[in-house]
Amino acid sequence: MSMVHQVYPVAADDFTRAGEASADIKRRLKQLGVSSAVLRRVAVASYEVELNLVIHSDGGELTLNVDQDGVHLISKDVGPGIPDIDQAMREGYSTANEEARSMGFGAGMGLPNMKRNADQFAIESQVGKGTTIEMTFKLA
Amino acid sequence: MTVADIVSILNARVLCGENRLDRTVHSAFCSDLMSDVLAFVNEKTVLITGIINPQVIRTAEMLDIRCLIFVRGKEPGEQVLSQAKELGITVLTTGDAAFTTCGKLYQAGLRGVAIEWPESEDET
Ligand SMILES: Nc1ncnc2c1ncn2[C@@H]1O[C@H](COP(=O)(O)OP(=O)(O)OP(=O)(O)O)[C@@H](O)[C@H]1O
Ligand SMILES: [Mg+2]
Repeated sequence: MSMVHQVYPVAADDFTRAGEASADIKRRLKQLGVSSAVLRRVAVASYEVELNLVIHSDGGELTLNVDQDGVHLISKDVGPGIPDIDQAMREGYSTANEEARSMGFGAGMGLPNMKRNADQFAIESQVGKGTTIEMTFKLA
Repeated sequence: MTVADIVSILNARVLCGENRLDRTVHSAFCSDLMSDVLAFVNEKTVLITGIINPQVIRTAEMLDIRCLIFVRGKEPGEQVLSQAKELGITVLTTGDAAFTTCGKLYQAGLRGVAIEWPESEDET
């Protein structure tokens, strides 16, 4: 399988374009022949992490890397950071605003969804600096 | 059950995708929470929802959902419908609210998706 490296800028609060990066990632991986089971897990996690960038962050980027080990997704934003990661990871915890809730977000299930779908999941955050999430999906 | 069966059971209106009514639907899921949809829906599931913004189409795209039912007579805008059309998603709207919509389909034999979610670690 050939190497892929793509970076998608994701703007804060841009709900009209939210999900475009994930749709493109899904298309690319499909073209590469990634199995539908893996494709589905990547798509769910990618969409959740992208929507979090739109809803919760001050802007950031989503990076797709594909190599022999599998599919890697990295979400990196410029703030505001997460004060308590354990709390944020808990099912049902959400600080989503009214606008996001009116669109069907704010169940507090995004981060747990990512963790469940990825083979490896790492989150790092610093208040005032930003949040980085790295996920790996094995191809076999 | 096919999408055509659903149309007649609900007396629904087809907003787009009328050429794909012969598709088979294996299960259903009803929610207005996109993350719940993303957690539980699998292939050949019909999504029943009151959310009609573009994010519902994106969510459907991510999960390969082929049929959406909007309840309480809700109709999405042109942009949402053309996006659905492009993706080959059939969109229906029914005058019934979510509860009645689900009840009619359940009575006709359609069942919900199997809920699989790991026990969280801190629960005993
Ligand atoms: N990139 C981020 N920057 C800052 N805070 C974040 C970020 N991602 C998540 N959070 C915080 O973690 C909480 C939980 O996130 P999670 O994705 O699990 O739920 P949600 O986005 O609120 O709702 P859902 O994903 O179910 O629509 C968010 O409400 C927010 O407070
Ligand atoms: Mg989220």
